[in-house]
Amino acid sequence: MPKISRKTVVTVLLYVGAVVIAPLFSKAPFYRHVLIMVGLYGLLGVAWNIMGGYTGLYSFGQSAFFGIGAYTSTMMLVKAGVSPWIGMLCGGILAAIVAAGVAYPTSRLRGPYFTIASQAFARTFQILMTNWDYVEGAIGIPLPLMPDTWRFMQFKDKIPYHIIIFGLLGIAILVCYYIANSRTGYYFRAIRDSEQVASALGINTVRQRIIAAMLSAFFTAIAGTFYAQYVLYIDPESVTHHALSIEIVMVAAVGGAGTIWGPVLGAAILMPISQYARAALGGAGRGIDLIIYGVIIMVIALVRPTGILGFFQRERTIEGEGGDDVDTTITAGTGSDDAVRGALGQS
Amino acid sequence: MLVNVGLVQALMSGLLMGFVYSLIALGLSLIYGVMDVVNFAHGEFLMLGMFLAYWFSVLFRLDPLIAIFIIIPVLFLVGVGIYKGLIKRILNGTRISQILTTFGLSVFMANMAMFLWTPNYRLAERHLTSTTGDLSIFGVYLGVPELIASVGSILVFAFAYYLIRFTRTGRAIQATSIDSEGARLVGINIDNIYAITFGLGISCVGAAGVLLATFYYIFPYVGTFFSMIAFATVALGGFGSVEGSFVAGILIGIIESLGGFFISPAVKYAIVFMTYMVVIILRPATGLFGW
Amino acid sequence: MRFGGLLANHDVTFDIYPGEILGLIGPNGAGKTTLFNCISGFLRPTEGTVLFKGENITGLKPHEICHRGLVRTFQITQPLRDMTVLENVMVGAFVRYPQTHQAREKAMEILRLTGLWSKRNRMGSELTIPDRKRLEIARALGAEPELLILDEAMAGLTPTEVQEAVELVKTIQAQGTTLFIIEHVMEAIMPIADRIVVLDAGRLIAEGPPSEIVQDERVIQAYLGEGRHAHRKEHSS
Repeated sequence: MPKISRKTVVTVLLYVGAVVIAPLFSKAPFYRHVLIMVGLYGLLGVAWNIMGGYTGLYSFGQSAFFGIGAYTSTMMLVKAGVSPWIGMLCGGILAAIVAAGVAYPTSRLRGPYFTIASQAFARTFQILMTNWDYVEGAIGIPLPLMPDTWRFMQFKDKIPYHIIIFGLLGIAILVCYYIANSRTGYYFRAIRDSEQVASALGINTVRQRIIAAMLSAFFTAIAGTFYAQYVLYIDPESVTHHALSIEIVMVAAVGGAGTIWGPVLGAAILMPISQYARAALGGAGRGIDLIIYGVIIMVIALVRPTGILGFFQRERTIEGEGGDDVDTTITAGTGSDDAVRGALGQS
Repeated sequence: MLVNVGLVQALMSGLLMGFVYSLIALGLSLIYGVMDVVNFAHGEFLMLGMFLAYWFSVLFRLDPLIAIFIIIPVLFLVGVGIYKGLIKRILNGTRISQILTTFGLSVFMANMAMFLWTPNYRLAERHLTSTTGDLSIFGVYLGVPELIASVGSILVFAFAYYLIRFTRTGRAIQATSIDSEGARLVGINIDNIYAITFGLGISCVGAAGVLLATFYYIFPYVGTFFSMIAFATVALGGFGSVEGSFVAGILIGIIESLGGFFISPAVKYAIVFMTYMVVIILRPATGLFGW
Repeated sequence: MRFGGLLANHDVTFDIYPGEILGLIGPNGAGKTTLFNCISGFLRPTEGTVLFKGENITGLKPHEICHRGLVRTFQITQPLRDMTVLENVMVGAFVRYPQTHQAREKAMEILRLTGLWSKRNRMGSELTIPDRKRLEIARALGAEPELLILDEAMAGLTPTEVQEAVELVKTIQAQGTTLFIIEHVMEAIMPIADRIVVLDAGRLIAEGPPSEIVQDERVIQAYLGEGRHAHRKEHSS
């Protein structure tokens, strides 16, 4: 982008404002925990969206990258005392490399075939982690308790976690926004709509798919490290489980796949439901949240596959057609189009 | 004669399980071949079949092997109902709405089962076969329930095969799978064929569930795992191929048990999934037997 | 600069000269689209070579061929459904203009040229058949082809729409682009093509200016004799 539009500045200020104000409504740890979950799943949804929403590759195996992030930073911390911040970066890079390794051979797969392959990959990964003694297998790893420091990303209070996760989410959104408005974003969407056309127009579809997979895996792994530092205990069941992959898809699809804010909105809707359902019903109510998710996702898929944000986008398209034929307003018109796009996301 | 009994044992139990996998895969492959929809909730219908078998055995003291004659028609109707209420609406939808809908159904069913029936592991009560244990042939032990399940699977598979290949409705299903527009033009009611196909597919996987229920643990999430096995099998056999499902089911069963035998039982499913990955990467959409 | 579209597939060998409009005709199933797919990299010819600007491009990937300046359209129109018309064309323009604002300017220029300007904010999926055909061409133009190959860009159009398409093709040629056009609509291709090649059953049976082609016995037998009803083929998409 040649220069930053006013709309962008306003959006950033609104985001920062919302993040600062949100935890002030209640001091209850549970309330703040829900907020952090919104941030965490928002980040996971935004990451999934790069692949699923923009590039049309519906990965049901993101849990593997979440696990790579959680395990990499945790192992580095446990075995060598390395700061989780460095571990986070390493986990992200490792996940991106693994993602490239998976994306290349699967680059001919589309639609349900890709979805199933991603699922098979994640399940294989979970089985291997469960049986790998070096990472304690099924027993899992408790993180060593450290003093309350930023260096080791451990806090007794929830506010620093809140700041970190929404900071990370903000960065992910900015990256996503930048990509969506750059050539890469257009290429991703072209691949989503037709790989044949994309390649006829000079797009190296294999390369673009690998890039999308790497970006997505990077942010997913970062979320994994955050989770490990927040919960301070990881095992294959909690960080590589299939249910996690499912929740990630849900968050993005409910809010609006292929839009910048859709996954954040999805997380903001679904996380309170699941957290409150779990808290209110306890063990007996396990699965209530997922029953509700299942219904929501079916309804959304049937009524409006573009997710909840899709309702707003429909209006945008109609609005956009209004002043079409007036040539004099081209420049201004395009500018404001961009602004609206920035706020509502792409497509 | 120098025969490794353990290996033969593994091969035999893999073969027995393989027939069950064939039946599970048949339903998935059939629905895909005719309707072009990948049913991500496939395993959940297996779970439903298992729980129905369980409740019939507990509440009505019916052995699963008798209850299966009630459960198959019930699941057929369930399948038709789900087609009419849900699947029908996504046939012309986008890929993502198809994936998300059947997937949402899967999440809904699995967790509904969790809510209604708790996550506990259960075993169906076997009133007919409870006294029989293992059968020993030349030192190779075969579990009687496993044997019954695989023979049952073969019978149900054969019956489904007969329906598809040799009946009027079956020919209409085949015609629809080859060219739905053409089938419509010659007067086939496509909507009915789709409903029947979906019902048939669900009956097959449900029947496999009932047969599994005689020896396999029954729990709400059992389906998600079998879904993966079914995907792997169908990918191997070629999406839409009936014969391919049969052969691929046996192959998957054997790969699984050999993986368990040679490497470790703990990672045998990882080996199955890796086999699947290799096949789908080398031969996407056609599998080993598709041409 | 010399375009050497030299093809030896099924013994099909011909040249395309810079700046010309070369028409490719032939009855259904003559192998026209297969030939296009071989040239544009979507199929790899089992034998023979495709030369473009003196370089061998046989077996290159479609995207590599596009980068070299040879861009194709599709017979069955494939608008990028969830992108606007403007964005569709921008995707093509990004090949030459990596910056978003440059690609947008280029795309707008093309939209005015191709008469899609007023529909630039429509979604690809909302377009009518004639507009989809236009979009196919517009998107390809975004990539600034030196050689543009059109696969039945006029089939299924009304006579008025065909006339508009013909005008567009002439404009594109006037801007210095070479065109290679598969066309089933004889009335459309005959007046604009500089030369015609005729394909029948995978073989090249005639080559020459339109005036000679319409008189060629073999062509009349193979193609024109097929029946006058064949000149308008309906498209389902």
